[in-house]
Amino acid sequence: MADSYRQTTQAKLARMGIYAMLFLLALWFLAPLYVMLTTSFKSLDDIRSGNLLSLPQSFSLDAWKTAWDSACTGVECGGMKSYFGNSLKMMIPAVLISTLLGSLNGYVLSMWRFKGSDAFFMALLIGTFLPFQVVILPMAQVLGMLGLENSTGRLVLVHVIYGLQFTTLFFRNYYVTVPSDLVKAARIDGAGFFLFFFKILLPISIPTIMVCLIWQTTQIWNDFLFGVVFSSGDGQPITVALNNLVNTSTGVKQYNVDMAAAIIAALPTLLVYIVGGKFFVRGLTAGAVKG
Amino acid sequence: MTVNSFSFSRFVDVTLPKVVIAPTALACLVGFYGFIGWTAWLSFTNSHMLPHYEWAGFVQYVELFGNDRWWQAMWNLGVFGSLFILICLALGLFTAVLLDQKIRAEGALRTIYLYPMALSFIVTGTAWKWILNPGLGIEKLLHDWGFTGATFDWIINPHYAIYTVVIAGVWQSTGFVMALFLAGLRGIDDSIIKAAQIDGASLPVIYTRIIIPSLRPVFLSVFMILAHIAVKSFDLVMALTGGGPGFATDLPSIFMYQHGFTRGQLGLGAASAMMMLFTAAAVVMPFLYSELMRDRRG
Repeated sequence: MADSYRQTTQAKLARMGIYAMLFLLALWFLAPLYVMLTTSFKSLDDIRSGNLLSLPQSFSLDAWKTAWDSACTGVECGGMKSYFGNSLKMMIPAVLISTLLGSLNGYVLSMWRFKGSDAFFMALLIGTFLPFQVVILPMAQVLGMLGLENSTGRLVLVHVIYGLQFTTLFFRNYYVTVPSDLVKAARIDGAGFFLFFFKILLPISIPTIMVCLIWQTTQIWNDFLFGVVFSSGDGQPITVALNNLVNTSTGVKQYNVDMAAAIIAALPTLLVYIVGGKFFVRGLTAGAVKG
Repeated sequence: MTVNSFSFSRFVDVTLPKVVIAPTALACLVGFYGFIGWTAWLSFTNSHMLPHYEWAGFVQYVELFGNDRWWQAMWNLGVFGSLFILICLALGLFTAVLLDQKIRAEGALRTIYLYPMALSFIVTGTAWKWILNPGLGIEKLLHDWGFTGATFDWIINPHYAIYTVVIAGVWQSTGFVMALFLAGLRGIDDSIIKAAQIDGASLPVIYTRIIIPSLRPVFLSVFMILAHIAVKSFDLVMALTGGGPGFATDLPSIFMYQHGFTRGQLGLGAASAMMMLFTAAAVVMPFLYSELMRDRRG
């Protein structure tokens, strides 16, 4: 016990060193956010006369306004607002459908196992490691054959299909931990397949549902590959629009508008992270460690 | 009546679960395995603008393996991948160990370290593209600080551009690695550490001899995940450098996208996609295998 009270100068120095390093690390992670924010409130003259770390000389919202409704993303010059809407329209149904299907799948794969269900789960698990490049060429052909022209519809379908392995994984891994006595009791009481699922299982799955919703929201909102391959023109999601804005604009480069647009594209997932951080981290570790 | 209810419950027990799983099974069977087969088939054809399905042998692979740009992309992936993985592992572990010292504001710090993971790689790429801007970015900052002769033009320098991808990638993913290691550290049995302390082992010794070796499984999974992120890397480079200057930051994923979708070289795109699959498989197979073995035992 005496040891733990003996605070030598050396130990104090070591503690200070630890805090100093943690502080520096925090600065390194925060610096880009700081630069993005300050740049977005600067005028172009201000950007040229100042530097990355200098504060805006005069606080201006012009770049934000331009980024939202008049910045040019290629030939279109309507800002990010319609693409923001596209991403929302694609994300909401895709997240809800993939979560619902995933929870049902997890339910079957943990409590209604049948011959081959474990093999199926394995097959699904392997899918989490696929580089999507290996499926996008055929998918483009199939979407063409189906005659699905609408970008949002295409992206919802694709995101549901390639999100299922994760959503199923989350729920299956949670449901295998639910005591089997509960299942047996419910079956003896005559609770049917869906009754048991909706009345008993779903209410105790709220944390897993949160993990799944947050995971899917971040994945789908942040996706770029599917967006750039399967959508076109004014149906593109915000990540594609942002990339177009930053990398194809002609004339004077408006760095402040780029930064405002980037923050707009980042806001929804940042918000989700701040509000549901606990579930976000749990999803990352669960989704990552197991698959 | 009894017969009816019997067959109904049989339906619920046997058929209904399969009906529920059917859409996913179909999606998985067609969307994963069917499409991999399809891509494989395309890679053995002479498809250009449109897919053709006549067997053409290994022409696309011959072309791919004779393509300098492909090898440049693979080399870049090797450089980027190994640096990205090594730095993320080292920095993530270091951060996790620091945070594990009963730190006062641990929650807040963790939130700060991990937020980049919530961002799209496109946002990260856009931010770093601006920070690394040769005229107005870090270079200007160094000039303003008095280092008037300093140049920092890595992002437009063919020899150094790939390192800017490493910087941005590390910035985005380190917090995630930290979170995984921290979870691992918290899972270690305290009594072993206490016993070592009683034996008079110093903190660095406890970490290097006891704690870090016991994190072996975490190392394995973190390595697999980072390798997987590296192989798939696409958006970050598209936003940061677009693969340039020249092909200095080109990656297999960009090669695949451009040949398969914008240059009308379907067959070559398919062949490169297959090579990406093999690369990912080579990295991931050992991991899956060990997981499978653990499931068997457990």
